[in-house]
Amino acid sequence: MSPVQESAEIFSVKKVGAYTEFTVVAPGIAAGFKPGHFVAAAVGGENSGMILRRAFAIAAANTTAGFAGTIQFIVAEHGPGTRWIVQRRAGEKLDLAGPLGTPFPLPAEPKPAVLVGGGYGVAPLLPLAAQLQAAGSPVEIILGAATGERLFGELAAKRLVGQVTVTTDDGTAGTKGRVTDELAAAIERIGAEVIYACGPMGMLKAVGDVARAHKIRAQVSVEEAMACGIGVCMTCVLPVRGEDGRSRFVRSCVDGPCFEAETVRWDDVGTLPPDLVGADAMAGH
Amino acid sequence: MADMTARLGKLELPNPILTASGCAGYGRELHQFFPVSELGAVVTKSIQVRPRSGRPTPRMAETPSGMLNSIGLQGPGIDSFIKHDLSWLQSVGARTIVSIAGGRTEEFAELARRLAGHPAVAALEVNISCPNVESRGQVFACDPVASSRVITAVRQVADPNQPILAKLTPDVTDIVQIARACNESGADGLSLINTTLGMVIDTDMMKPVLGGITGGLSGPAIRPIAVRCVWQVRNALPHMPILGMGGIRSGDDALQFVLAGASAVSVGTAVFGDPNAPMRIKAELEQALDARGFDSLADAVGYAHLDQFQRDARAAIKTKETVA
Repeated sequence: MSPVQESAEIFSVKKVGAYTEFTVVAPGIAAGFKPGHFVAAAVGGENSGMILRRAFAIAAANTTAGFAGTIQFIVAEHGPGTRWIVQRRAGEKLDLAGPLGTPFPLPAEPKPAVLVGGGYGVAPLLPLAAQLQAAGSPVEIILGAATGERLFGELAAKRLVGQVTVTTDDGTAGTKGRVTDELAAAIERIGAEVIYACGPMGMLKAVGDVARAHKIRAQVSVEEAMACGIGVCMTCVLPVRGEDGRSRFVRSCVDGPCFEAETVRWDDVGTLPPDLVGADAMAGH
Repeated sequence: MADMTARLGKLELPNPILTASGCAGYGRELHQFFPVSELGAVVTKSIQVRPRSGRPTPRMAETPSGMLNSIGLQGPGIDSFIKHDLSWLQSVGARTIVSIAGGRTEEFAELARRLAGHPAVAALEVNISCPNVESRGQVFACDPVASSRVITAVRQVADPNQPILAKLTPDVTDIVQIARACNESGADGLSLINTTLGMVIDTDMMKPVLGGITGGLSGPAIRPIAVRCVWQVRNALPHMPILGMGGIRSGDDALQFVLAGASAVSVGTAVFGDPNAPMRIKAELEQALDARGFDSLADAVGYAHLDQFQRDARAAIKTKETVA
């Protein structure tokens, strides 16, 4: 389904720990939503000096509430653009494009799954958990963050799946440590056949390593900086191994944000690996 | 309603709103938002002879009213482009201006040769704002001789039915000198302007933000530079058709370029923030022309250069025509 650009009225704005949760009326985006999709929001108003969109994973979509479809997304304040968004109030409008990106692939048959969210990276995993469970897959969730304040979605996750493990780097909530410290035990507990994860790149790489050690797949959603979100600017690329065994720079906005962890060359991010398709043509530039 | 037909030399387009090279891929992504056949033309991302990986990330930094990019012309190469992208553009009825780029004069010529006779190619935009491998990476369009060599070589082998536009960088002392060299070498028109070189330093890491260190600045921040370049070239070479671009994000912005002397405009960075921008700008420009009493886009091209006497003379002719 093609993305649309919508002027979305803000239905509610809720402060949740270090984050702000937006529910907006966006029927076109809600209609096409699948877990893993994201939206790109214009910031600063019509004559803004901030000309690029900000991308947010869709945390929920509701098309059956008896009124126009709504979506939810979580904003963490990083700079002037996200600050402008968190200052918006119910009744105001946001210019959104979506649903964007390639969503998480779902198993053809029920498979036990562990979902791992770092910080507000849990956002796209909540609707995914609901969908996996509805299809009969047992689901466990691990949430991690630097501090307790930066955790997100613990209650929602508990409501969905019951079994939620929490870790924080400083021990202010849950177990002190990293999500990957708890991952092996969770995989073994439910006999997981797949891992889904969203969060910072270091975490995704570590999740991929654990998946490989257990000979199971990890589907991960990256949080790359993007200028357009629709596939035209070529700024959000990652080095990814293709089915033909050759690696290319691919766009995380349209070819991702969901990738199979094994195909992403995490250690080469930010470099130009010489074996990349077309790297030989870069000499002299 | 003003007649929106745009003429770039012998190239006639139904309207003057084009995409800008590198800001619309090869059309497919924007086609999700509006039919790209509604554009005056799609100007493709620059295509090269071989596939290119592009530069390492980070490739982008947002700046006040603009952005820096350092993509490094990532692209599939001419074979894949013709097979997959140009054929798609043809299938949806899009007029296509193919942007060609190279590191050597012969590469530009080879690309023009490969595209000759292809029915989907309306024109070539020769991106000479790239580094010349044989001149220690100096940008072709910074040197009138190097610019002239590329345009001459392309002109010799290009399809005579495919007009060639030379795309110039504003990073020169005198853009008119380069424009003149291109004109004399057989360019049918000029695309003004490419990005201007910039840089941002991350003060936490205390190093350049971009993987490529420097990058091209685009967006409204460079609009006054672009309008100035169009004005200067129009003034010096009034008969040379100009495709204007640089920070256009409204119909009023587009009108500035037209009044300065552009026969058509490209919408670039605005697309990143608003995928529907080209269609919105087309409608806004039409309204702006109507509001000022222009019967056609052509009447507005270069109008800002006319003095009061010339404006009065035009008004008198128009009144006479209306009465007759």
